[in-house]
Amino acid sequence: MSLLHLAIISPLLLALLVPIFYRYFRQIHTGWFLLPLPILLFIYFLQFISHTKNGEVITETAPWIPSFGVDFAVRIDGLGLLFALLITGIGSLVVLYSVYYLSKEHEKLNTFYIYLLLFMTAMLGVVLSDNLIVLYAFWELTSFSSFLLIGYWYHRERSRYGAQKSMIITVLGGLSMLGGILLLHIMTGTFNISEIILQSGDIVNHVLFIPAMLCFLLGAFTKSAQFPFHIWLPDAMEAPTPVSAYLHSATMVKAGIYLVARMTPVFAHDGIWIWLVAGFGIVTLFWGSFSAVKQTDLKGILAFSTVSQLGMIMSLLGIGAAALHYPQLDDSFYTVATTAAVFHLVNHATFKGSLFMVAGIIDHETGTRDIRRLGGLMNFMPITFTLAIIGTFSMAGIPPFNGFLSKEMFFTGMVRVLEMDIFNLETWGFLFPVIAWIASVFTFIYSMVLLFKTFTGKHQPDKLPKTPHEAPIGLLISPIILASLVIVFGFFPNILSHNIISPAMESILPGLLVEGQAFDVHIYFWHGFTVELFMTIGVIALGTLLYFTYPKWSRVYGIFTERFSLNRAYDSLIENSQTGSYNFTKTYMNGSIRTYLVYIFSFFVFILSVSLVAKNAFVYDTSNVSQIRIYEIIIVLIMAIASVTILFAKSRLTAIILLGAVGYSVALFFVVFRAPDLALTQLVIETVSVALFLLCFYHLPKKRHEERMSFKLTNLLISIAVGAVFTLIALSAHSSKFFEPISQYYVENTYEKAAGKNMVNVILVDFRGFDTLFEICVLGIAALGIYAMIKLRMTRGKEG
Amino acid sequence: MLETVVQFALLCIAIAMLGLIYRLVKGPTVPDRVVALDALGINLIAVIALVSIILKTNAFLEIILLIGILAFIGTVAFSKYLEKGVIIERERNS
Repeated sequence: MSLLHLAIISPLLLALLVPIFYRYFRQIHTGWFLLPLPILLFIYFLQFISHTKNGEVITETAPWIPSFGVDFAVRIDGLGLLFALLITGIGSLVVLYSVYYLSKEHEKLNTFYIYLLLFMTAMLGVVLSDNLIVLYAFWELTSFSSFLLIGYWYHRERSRYGAQKSMIITVLGGLSMLGGILLLHIMTGTFNISEIILQSGDIVNHVLFIPAMLCFLLGAFTKSAQFPFHIWLPDAMEAPTPVSAYLHSATMVKAGIYLVARMTPVFAHDGIWIWLVAGFGIVTLFWGSFSAVKQTDLKGILAFSTVSQLGMIMSLLGIGAAALHYPQLDDSFYTVATTAAVFHLVNHATFKGSLFMVAGIIDHETGTRDIRRLGGLMNFMPITFTLAIIGTFSMAGIPPFNGFLSKEMFFTGMVRVLEMDIFNLETWGFLFPVIAWIASVFTFIYSMVLLFKTFTGKHQPDKLPKTPHEAPIGLLISPIILASLVIVFGFFPNILSHNIISPAMESILPGLLVEGQAFDVHIYFWHGFTVELFMTIGVIALGTLLYFTYPKWSRVYGIFTERFSLNRAYDSLIENSQTGSYNFTKTYMNGSIRTYLVYIFSFFVFILSVSLVAKNAFVYDTSNVSQIRIYEIIIVLIMAIASVTILFAKSRLTAIILLGAVGYSVALFFVVFRAPDLALTQLVIETVSVALFLLCFYHLPKKRHEERMSFKLTNLLISIAVGAVFTLIALSAHSSKFFEPISQYYVENTYEKAAGKNMVNVILVDFRGFDTLFEICVLGIAALGIYAMIKLRMTRGKEG
Repeated sequence: MLETVVQFALLCIAIAMLGLIYRLVKGPTVPDRVVALDALGINLIAVIALVSIILKTNAFLEIILLIGILAFIGTVAFSKYLEKGVIIERERNS
């Protein structure tokens, strides 16, 4: 355990103390006690920048399950540090915001902060783990704590629905990722990510390589809300707004991005990875931005916007991975997409976090988030309005904010796809810039909807539950900090480039750099009159036009929502699997013992006969049989007649008597085959059991026992089959003797060692007395059970 | 000589038992069947005695006694059941 391990689990440890704070310091908001921790962690992680920017990697290992190669290995490199800073930094701001957002009188703050701290640990663990199993453990912890946070207001049905949906989808991906981890372990023999990356060149042609890749991608896509698994994210908006800002914009949904970035050196040697990551990303980008325009809930717009921006980062990572196939690094020509991905990751966290907080403020101060009821808030909430302008303009990619820079680089990356000539990118690659451009137009439109429908236009005081006014300063601090970062990164992007972006790129694209070289990351506002600039101008022009003509073309959404509703597909999938499994269970679990016996016997017959045939096991050998005597034949005849007559007996009394006859014939067999003790016991037992049968018979309800057994063909077939199969098995078992019986020992030693002449009895009480002991026990239990069943009439007593 | 006689006797008793089985199966009334069963038990005694002779053992003599007792008890119980409908009465003073 090092300080680094402690840093990762410190939120978890603090979570243990939260109930104490909540219980004994009621007058102080619990959030204040927590606030120092993420700030401290943020400062702690800031120190590592000086190491990582020189390409240093810090690793610490604490043993967990060393025999399986599972150790709590922590590794800080550029990528992990970037995420750790995002998690702790935005975590601090979110805790501060939540102090003012959640009321200490009306909310159960202890649960909220415990879940939040749990999540913080989980997320730090995901991004800093070097061991895949540890990463998976933390990964599931994020799903779990996110489930708890979405369902925070558990008395609302929508919250429970959203929590369940996100749990099902993300755990589906998580389990698939576990499969991928195990496949990688099979291929490489290690769980350590850095060691797997070293072996990545050797495993490309392994047969499990593609399955492992697909498993990992499913995990990443579900977590990061990629198409078509994005449907949980809009429903997760039922969570409290600080949670939405933290989990569903800045951190958890980027865990999938992190995974893709982390696994790029392993999997990107294959073109399928590039096509899948970039393809799903670009589709998500388009679908998210397209769907965001029609939303009327502020958080709904932001949720789809998050989906779309995550798609954008994902597609950039996919395209950027192509750089691994160009060994010489002449300029930043092929790596620009990766630069854009990392840069936009930071930008998105800043502006989307602030926008969620703005949405929360509007909700808090007006009582609604519906843009149809909002409007004209500009004059009431000037500061919030300013923050919203910064956030939305950055999201739409308008200069001079940081979103503009990353969008320009995004276009650059996409345009350069046209010049790539690997993995058939030259055939359909042209679609990437086209879709990216169209999606950006929609991004522009919904950003403008978000801003202008809320803050400008006519004020509708009668539709609002509360009288709007400016938020308290405490709520505004966090979004102000984030919005200032948007501006700072917008004007001085290069403070990020060497400290953060370049080391992160080194982690995503290792091996491209020679010693002492660094990625040449320079982000400029002005590139000259390039294609990208005209694309941006086109986005703004067309976006403005479409924004003002929105009522004329909004009917487009009517067609799409009905036909391509993924939510409906999900709901019907859940419902159909429920009703389907219910119906399936109902068909075979019908409650009738007869049916279950049919299953059991058919299975017996099937398994035994198939294995008899498949193993060619049937043998018949007459060399070991003894002479058949006439009275044996006669006893067999008696038994057979009695048994067959039982089946056709009209009255049950006849059947009982015939059963007794069978039993006595068995006793006769025991005599003929020289087993006096067995014969004695058999006679007594048969008499007693026939008497018991008669007792049962006497207590049968009247008129029920005088009809012949009904005929059923299945019963006949199954009984014949069971008899035949067991006869065959008995024959072949008798015909194949593999070793001598051990009875010679008993014959020799019954008198010598056990002082008895009756060998059966000596075996029963001496050689193998343990069996006898427990058969006595069985009899005792049976007797006690019968006594209890007769004497205890609890239900009847209650009814009476 | 003895061997042959015993074999013959066994055969005869077996045929007798088959006849009793026929009565057991067919027997129009329950008392017919009970009597057949009782006679079967007695025949069983004879079979076991003959088999003991063949096997030259006296290990089965207990069985002969046991069958005698059981056949008696069984038949009495059955008869009581057929007559009174119960085997063990609760009220003994009738």
